[in-house]
Amino acid sequence: MSESRITVTRCLSFLAVPLWAGALAFPFAGPWRAVQVVLVILAGVALWGLLKTDTASRIVEAVIYKASGLRATATSVLSRTRSPLFLSLFVVLLFVIPFFQNDYYRDVLTLTGMYAVLALGLNIMVGQTGLLNLGYVAFYAIGAYSYAILSTRFGLNFWPGLVVGAASSAFMALLIGLSTLRLRGDYFAIVTLGLGEITRIVLNNSDAITGGPNGISRIGRPSIGGTVLSTPLDFYYLILVIAIITVFAMNRLMVSRIGRAWIAIREDEIAAEAMGVNTFRLKLLAFVVASAWAGLVGVFFAAKMAFVSPESFTFFESVMILCMVVLGGMGSIPGIILGAFLLVTLPEVFRDFADYRMLGFGVALVLMMVFRPQGLLGTAKNSK
Amino acid sequence: MLQLNDIFVSYGMIAALKGVSLEVRQGEIVALIGANGAGKSTTLMSISGVSGLTTGSIRYGDRLISGMPPHEIVALGISQVPEGRRILPRMTVRENLEMGAFLRDKDQLVPDMDRVFAMFPALADRSGQLGGTLSGGEQQMLAIGRALMSRPKLLLLDEPSLGLAPIIVSRIFKIIEEINGQGTTILLVEQNAKAALRLATRAYVMESGRVVMQGPASELASDPGIKKAYLGE
Repeated sequence: MSESRITVTRCLSFLAVPLWAGALAFPFAGPWRAVQVVLVILAGVALWGLLKTDTASRIVEAVIYKASGLRATATSVLSRTRSPLFLSLFVVLLFVIPFFQNDYYRDVLTLTGMYAVLALGLNIMVGQTGLLNLGYVAFYAIGAYSYAILSTRFGLNFWPGLVVGAASSAFMALLIGLSTLRLRGDYFAIVTLGLGEITRIVLNNSDAITGGPNGISRIGRPSIGGTVLSTPLDFYYLILVIAIITVFAMNRLMVSRIGRAWIAIREDEIAAEAMGVNTFRLKLLAFVVASAWAGLVGVFFAAKMAFVSPESFTFFESVMILCMVVLGGMGSIPGIILGAFLLVTLPEVFRDFADYRMLGFGVALVLMMVFRPQGLLGTAKNSK
Repeated sequence: MLQLNDIFVSYGMIAALKGVSLEVRQGEIVALIGANGAGKSTTLMSISGVSGLTTGSIRYGDRLISGMPPHEIVALGISQVPEGRRILPRMTVRENLEMGAFLRDKDQLVPDMDRVFAMFPALADRSGQLGGTLSGGEQQMLAIGRALMSRPKLLLLDEPSLGLAPIIVSRIFKIIEEINGQGTTILLVEQNAKAALRLATRAYVMESGRVVMQGPASELASDPGIKKAYLGE
């Protein structure tokens, strides 16, 4: 084959991808959208081709070099987050900030707090112990529904509800874990994936108890000394307190003997076993603690919305929380909070592009895997 | 001290051990030699409780340890240096050593840590470095040091010479001798039969899941069959 023919076939193959995508889009989106898709992907392919030329790759290298400077700043920010002055300033800022905002931003911040706590809980399993959980949302749902049912039928108060929600999720994790944690690696992940779906489907179909697809409404709001918490500001402060307690607890756990053993299991399970770590019991503990946290946030969610339905607990939620852990940096508390913040706020900022949200997530995750597998703020040491 | 009584182990349909019996007495260095796939590592894994037995029994002192979970066996004073070192790559040397003493009180580790550092000065220099950044020989030293941190009475060593330069191998073997001299009984699995037989008091030769020969190491080293099959003479 001659030089020119190779070039021609290469050009054709470049054209093939956008045209194929356009053809796929046409029946769903109409001709105008299909042309748009073709043009956007064509531009992407052209850019890719350009980047592969020598000059461009040198420029990219320079940019990455710069970015590694950014990396250094990120690391220094990370080390600064450990200083007490920075921490207290940050916490004071978090307490003051909602005063300068309207209810929409307060809600977004509350959502950030919720997901940060969820992600920190999941981090115990995924980041610390190395157990992949693809159905974390199941335990979030169990907490939310436990409180929803007990509140609407038996008038259970919010504060004991928090404990009951966390305990029921933990109990569920104990049951599942006892029977399935002997599975290794991917097999356990598949079990959790199934569990997440089963939970949602059971909630959707047990009309008598869960109200089926209609969900449960008029769930009791929390109250402190007769004052009922109902405004976005109230819930912001409530989740802030929960988040601070969570960060404190996680910090203690990570440096404890148990935390060490979890890391050892993540690094090399057989070696950990040979050193006398009771791997089964510690994996079970990680699963139970992580799930208890999900249950806790579930209760908060139910009380805040005063309404729960199965559609809040889809597989997509599990994936989102997992992304927060991975994006922020497995095992790094500030990283995971940053991950939660980004994944909650960015879709809000880019609401106009909501159709491409999934595409954006995909690209972002692939880029992360290539350029910064340890996460935005994860250190090489903490991450897997 | 340790007695294996006719043990059978299988992985699924494949029988890895077909009736292995051996004995380790207090203060000895016992070598277990044989080709790849003979069942040497499986024997060690079943002693430390990682692989379960189909039949047979393992006694340690006057206790039956077959069927016990690994962490209880470690607590009894049997510690393993697993094949391929298996250090924790993203933990520092010091943290690796601390993990070795996982079952012990954290406040009493200083003398043991000092002992390990005295034995392996290279590790002392690198105590803050991540385990994964060490060289192969240093990782082996770390793996041995880590096992010593639990103050074992019986140390199980699985192929400590694997993939190491001859000069490092001889240093590691010298240290094994030293550990034995300090009162730790040793069961050594090795492919490097020549070095193992020189070090050991007694030895067992394994072939496809069975013990085919046993005796004092010096006797085995001069046996014509062994010479031909394992010593390359």
